[in-house]
Amino acid sequence: MSILTASRLRRPGRDWPGHRLVVADELHLDCGIGLAPFTIAYQTYGQLNPARSNAILICHALTGDQFAADPHPITGHPGWWTTLIGPGGVLDTERYFLICANVLGGCMGTTGPRDINPQTGDPWALDFPVITIHDMVRAQKLLIDSLGIEQLFCVIGGSMGGMQVLQWASSYPEAVFAAVPIAAAARHSAQNIAFHEVGRQAIIADPDWCGGRYLKEERNPSRGLAVARMAAHITYLSEAALHRKFGRNLQDRKEVTYGFEADFQVESYLRHQGSTFVDRFDANSYLYITRAMDYFDLAAEHGGSLPAAFQGRQPRFCIISFTSDWLFPTSESRALVHALNAVAANVSFVEIETDKGHDAFLLHEPELFATLRGFLTGCAEHRGLPRFWT
Amino acid sequence: MKGRVALRLAAAGTAEAAPPPGKLRRDLRLIAEMIEPGSRVLDIGCGDGALLAYLARDKAVDARGIELSQSGVNACVRHGLSVIQGDADRDLDAFPDGAFDVVVLSQTLQATRQPRHVVEELLRIGKRAIVSFPNFGFWRIRLSLLFRGRMPMSMLLNNPWYDTPNIHLCTIRDFVALCDELGARIERSLTLDRHGGPFSLDPRGSLANLLAEQGIFLLSGGRQGRRWGAGREAQR
Repeated sequence: MSILTASRLRRPGRDWPGHRLVVADELHLDCGIGLAPFTIAYQTYGQLNPARSNAILICHALTGDQFAADPHPITGHPGWWTTLIGPGGVLDTERYFLICANVLGGCMGTTGPRDINPQTGDPWALDFPVITIHDMVRAQKLLIDSLGIEQLFCVIGGSMGGMQVLQWASSYPEAVFAAVPIAAAARHSAQNIAFHEVGRQAIIADPDWCGGRYLKEERNPSRGLAVARMAAHITYLSEAALHRKFGRNLQDRKEVTYGFEADFQVESYLRHQGSTFVDRFDANSYLYITRAMDYFDLAAEHGGSLPAAFQGRQPRFCIISFTSDWLFPTSESRALVHALNAVAANVSFVEIETDKGHDAFLLHEPELFATLRGFLTGCAEHRGLPRFWT
Repeated sequence: MKGRVALRLAAAGTAEAAPPPGKLRRDLRLIAEMIEPGSRVLDIGCGDGALLAYLARDKAVDARGIELSQSGVNACVRHGLSVIQGDADRDLDAFPDGAFDVVVLSQTLQATRQPRHVVEELLRIGKRAIVSFPNFGFWRIRLSLLFRGRMPMSMLLNNPWYDTPNIHLCTIRDFVALCDELGARIERSLTLDRHGGPFSLDPRGSLANLLAEQGIFLLSGGRQGRRWGAGREAQR
């Protein structure tokens, strides 16, 4: 399989399932630009109780989307958190009302760089304003307000989703009862920015990127985007997990070919990851969302003091990290715990032993499930949520 | 705490459910009796959270914990307790002065790297501190070393010398001397037999140091510092 095969980029389908909120008011972005109008595409699971107190906002990661528990409309794959969501599940749809929205700048229905710029009639491309994690959360807050929810029972997410959780806790503490950042950090590290830059440069170096105007030119920088995905995907795994899965095993052959075909299984796997990714993701969205993560630094918003980001009222926190996650290592979570201790927040912190690396938050990880279930159940008791509200 | 859990007494409770109050280990029950209802408590080395669960449920205490072992932390969080993974040596610095009404360090002091600093930290972040530890001056331990010539082992100290987390053992006298050095006031002290049965002996007397298998001390007198401000009322 070659990653050089350019695939047609599929635009968001009008027939995709889910809800749309069109916001006419201007959203004031960190970059100084006002964005209006814009659309938020979101999914919900379960039912909002009459007191509107059982809502959980699920924040997705860099390449995730709102289809947390539905089949993906392009790939048909099960939702990325189907392991957690369902009746009687950790995120129990009989008890909680779950909301998952595509982030601002995304490519699954929420306004992003591939949507039409009303001023030009062409796709926004690089004219789309640079967005931040805070901007994503501002947009989510509008959505929550529009649903008449004053306080979310919980905001939960992994990786970039965890950054959004932290931003929620810092910016709208009164609107969050419990916060669960998983495999996250209060800032993007230099190493993480470096990896993102590699990915972005791979996209930009693709001649089909056309200075960002590939949609107008009817081309798709799928080679660059695939390479970006391949590089990023390595960072989501651990050395141990890669070794366990592939070792030095050869792909469909008995000997190396003394060439540059995908001799090794790990190469073939990465090429597959890259080539399937380009079918469902927009290259410019990848640039914008990685940038948003790079810019994330909660302490910097508060004069360099992380505790100051959580001064005053705080939600109950459950912070979770994974031993083999070197992209968002435990040290980042621990720094967060120390900052929350400094402001006397109610915080639980669990480091889960696994060799699955950063991706562990998306995988079947029984300790993760047990921790989340216990924390949420404890919080539900404090919040006075009945086991079944119907 | 891998080793520290092992050091806890036999009835440390299961991870499945917090034990009913009657089943709370006797030394923990004695500690619980020293804690006012509704107070704010940090239990360092909280194990499976038996004491925290009891305090939260029966004394309406705002209970927090620190525990080293992943299994312990997970058991606590699974039961809805607020516990962070960490240890006494490393993770107390972040707490502000006077953050808790009571800080509990139960059967853990001897496993810390810097016990003196840890006790100082307890007194800084708690208005009061409760410390319990096995007494290395207990007569059986003394005799064991004298007659067997081997490193003593007991029900409380049940690891061989090469595989013990207990790197800073002390006697009740040693601990009292440390309190004096730090200017800490001993508000209450209990001497206990191996089963946690209390008997009252002056901790400064030589009899206590000889007969007690463990000691529980309620201390105060850490340096008074800033208190929590705005965050406190907003806690949920």
